[in-house]
Amino acid sequence: MSSYDAAAARGPDSAAAADNYLTHGRGLLSWALTLDHKRIGVMYMTGIIIFFLIGGLFALLVRTSLLIPQKNVPGGTPFIFSHDNYNLFFTLHGAIMVFIVIIPGIPAAMGNFVLPLMLGAKDVAFPRLNLTSWYLWLSGAALALLSIIMGGFDTGWTFYVPYSTDTTFAGVIPVLSGVFLLGFSSIFTGLNFIVTIHKLRPPEMGWFRMPLMLWATYATAVIQVLATPVLGITLLLLIVERAAGIGVFNPALGGDPVLYQHFFWFYSHPAVYIMILPAMGVMSELLSVFSRKHIFGYSFIAFSSVAIAIFGFLVWGHHMFVSGQSNLISTVFSFLTFSVAVPSAIKMFNWLATLYGGSISFRAPMIYALSFMWIFGIGGLTGLFLGTLAVDVHLHDTYFVVAHFHFVMAGTIFVFFGAVHYWWPKITGRMYNETLGNWGALLSVIGFNITFLAQFPLGTHGMPRRYYNYEEHYWIYHVVSTCGAYLAGIGFVLTVICLVQSLFRGRKAPANPWGGNTMEWYCPSPPPHHNFDHPPPVTDPYDFSGWKYDEKAGGYVRRSPAEIPAPASKGH
Amino acid sequence: MADIAATGGHAAAHELGHPSHVQHHFDTSAQQFEASKLGMWLFLGTEVLFFSGLFCAYTVYRFNHPEIFAYAHKSLSVFWGALNTIILIASSFTMALGVWCAQKSNRPGLVICLILTLAGAAGFMVIKAIEYNEKFQHGKLWGRLYQPAQHDDHAADDHAADAGAADAHAAASGAAHGSDARPTDPAHGAAAPAAGHGPSAAFQPERTSLAEPNQLPRGGVKLSTLTAGGHDKGHGGPKPADVHNEHIFYGIYFCLTGLHGLHVLAGMVVLSCVLVGAVQGRYHAGYYTPVDLGGLYWHLVDLIWIFLFPLLYLIH
Repeated sequence: MSSYDAAAARGPDSAAAADNYLTHGRGLLSWALTLDHKRIGVMYMTGIIIFFLIGGLFALLVRTSLLIPQKNVPGGTPFIFSHDNYNLFFTLHGAIMVFIVIIPGIPAAMGNFVLPLMLGAKDVAFPRLNLTSWYLWLSGAALALLSIIMGGFDTGWTFYVPYSTDTTFAGVIPVLSGVFLLGFSSIFTGLNFIVTIHKLRPPEMGWFRMPLMLWATYATAVIQVLATPVLGITLLLLIVERAAGIGVFNPALGGDPVLYQHFFWFYSHPAVYIMILPAMGVMSELLSVFSRKHIFGYSFIAFSSVAIAIFGFLVWGHHMFVSGQSNLISTVFSFLTFSVAVPSAIKMFNWLATLYGGSISFRAPMIYALSFMWIFGIGGLTGLFLGTLAVDVHLHDTYFVVAHFHFVMAGTIFVFFGAVHYWWPKITGRMYNETLGNWGALLSVIGFNITFLAQFPLGTHGMPRRYYNYEEHYWIYHVVSTCGAYLAGIGFVLTVICLVQSLFRGRKAPANPWGGNTMEWYCPSPPPHHNFDHPPPVTDPYDFSGWKYDEKAGGYVRRSPAEIPAPASKGH
Repeated sequence: MADIAATGGHAAAHELGHPSHVQHHFDTSAQQFEASKLGMWLFLGTEVLFFSGLFCAYTVYRFNHPEIFAYAHKSLSVFWGALNTIILIASSFTMALGVWCAQKSNRPGLVICLILTLAGAAGFMVIKAIEYNEKFQHGKLWGRLYQPAQHDDHAADDHAADAGAADAHAAASGAAHGSDARPTDPAHGAAAPAAGHGPSAAFQPERTSLAEPNQLPRGGVKLSTLTAGGHDKGHGGPKPADVHNEHIFYGIYFCLTGLHGLHVLAGMVVLSCVLVGAVQGRYHAGYYTPVDLGGLYWHLVDLIWIFLFPLLYLIH
């Protein structure tokens, strides 16, 4: 322990940090062929942020073309964009954000970097498979983007049959192939994480001494492994259906398009939990660390992750209430949908209890975490509206649905940025500018809320989603929504500027800037190539009493054993 | 591994404790073996789920349209299917024997077993190719390309058959209705495609209307009624007169067997790599993970076929 404390206290200036994973091996090839989970994580993070900006750009283009209603569209002069382009933009926005950004966002980028560190391990179980995942992601993302010049596609991100088999845009098959590859990237990442958590966990770390981030990542990985293959075969069948006309989905050939919807949502609903669960894991870390308080209800949070993963498989039919399901099936799906609210609420209340009485510091990661509670709260509760059969018939395919799922999914985006800020000192060895980070966080959160709060009334008044044109009485909502989108855009750009600026101007990061007690804070920032000189001690990940703030180091350092208060003070 | 040599103590531990086949992030050979095995089982789980989508589609269509399956499966040759089943089971046996040889450090035995397994895989693919070829010659293909040589598939249709098609009907009906459906009869093989092209153009619109018994517009709102429509008409027994859209059977048949065939090919690539390693003498009682994992994969490929054979060939 004592040698360990010394290593941690020395921080980045120590001899070990002189050679860190960033300086270990130079040149493009040392990155392109790396098997180091940290470098792969960094490449994922960079790629995902770039694609987030691209996807955001498409969102702004959509919002811009909705700024003014298009009067008498056939033959009329379109405002800036033609309707074909409008369809392309919203489809690309959806496909990029879902498949390229949010699904791999936290697990592949943050998880890759942090998961082995949190276990005190040297790497994930299968480093080569990990690199394969990254290249699958890269080629899938490239293919999706290239499909724009290969003919474009306008099916919406759901690729519903028969539209996706009949549309004349030639980019459908490239984008489907791209998503197919992205799916396998996701499967391999999940498989890797499950094996890593099972087999590379230190013997002293029982399941209930794992950080909650790992519970959430594990639950996510289980969904990735179990649900994504079904998406794979669905997309494969759709590709073959469009290319060769096998007649399984296409009604013109006697196929069943509702079967496609079942297959698609059997993956894509659990995928919502692939998106949200890792965010919930990060939340448990952030809230505990930035309120300097032990997480409340550890086992409830841990088990609710597993419960969400299980329930998530049983609710896909709620996307198809008006697709001609039998009433009995719809009723069962409606009931099961409500049941998912229970584990989600368990998490929310435990987080609230964690905050209660804590000494909260409003650093940028915490601002993101707190806004997630607001945003996910709204997203989750409006989900109950839509899970109610009668209400859903009215709200189905309106802007209410759009606002609902943005409040859920963008919650993940905000936590992703919270996680990026939280682990940024560990990843890059530099501190970001706190003022700039706070402004970026606040502007994007406020802008986001303006954008999508306006869409709830828009939807209840009957504005359908994906429409290029609208009646004039919807105009004011669209104007508010578009203004909010621009504000959020400015916020996100500011955030990225803040991160990039820190690489050049940021002060050197200490080993533990926030006082967290999970294992990644025990190694220098940035970590050496092999992660740890000595395996860190396995302790309660939420017991912060072993760390004290040190002005000189600019971060937290280990207390000497004599200084540590008696551990009995914690109720856990 | 040279990269780790930078830190002294670590490198020493690496050289002392690690046999050459153990990667640097594992502590022991056993830990690496267990991790690899868990990873492989998970992967096999994803493979099963990958096929499950197709099995699900099979179930849905067979439940809604049993007559299509009862009728169309007769064109598959039980003989070839059964032979392929026997070949695959035998190859699974030689594979298991190979793993046993590797565990006993029996290098020649392992090499022979792997070669036998690969030969079985190749034999399976050859027979599959013979079957596919027969289907292509008779135009018994999926959805859009379904152009059966025999006109009797649509005997109940009020379709004005020209003389040529009627002749083809007479000539081919024996092959179509014979339950064992001999694959390569040169006379039929030559006549079939020629006759098949004539009426096919006329079939297309007709099939479309049959697919939509209620004359719904394409992509209409209540798409789900399409499948329900089949039931409302109350199809009786598996008489050809009531069978429509039998190309759906072939669509599912080609998807399932095609995907399985791709897995057989992938298995051949994997086993060839293992074979190269075995020839080089890389495997012994202390390290045979690739043989074991390759074997697991091969057993899965075999297992999927054991489900496919009765589901596609033995329908009653």
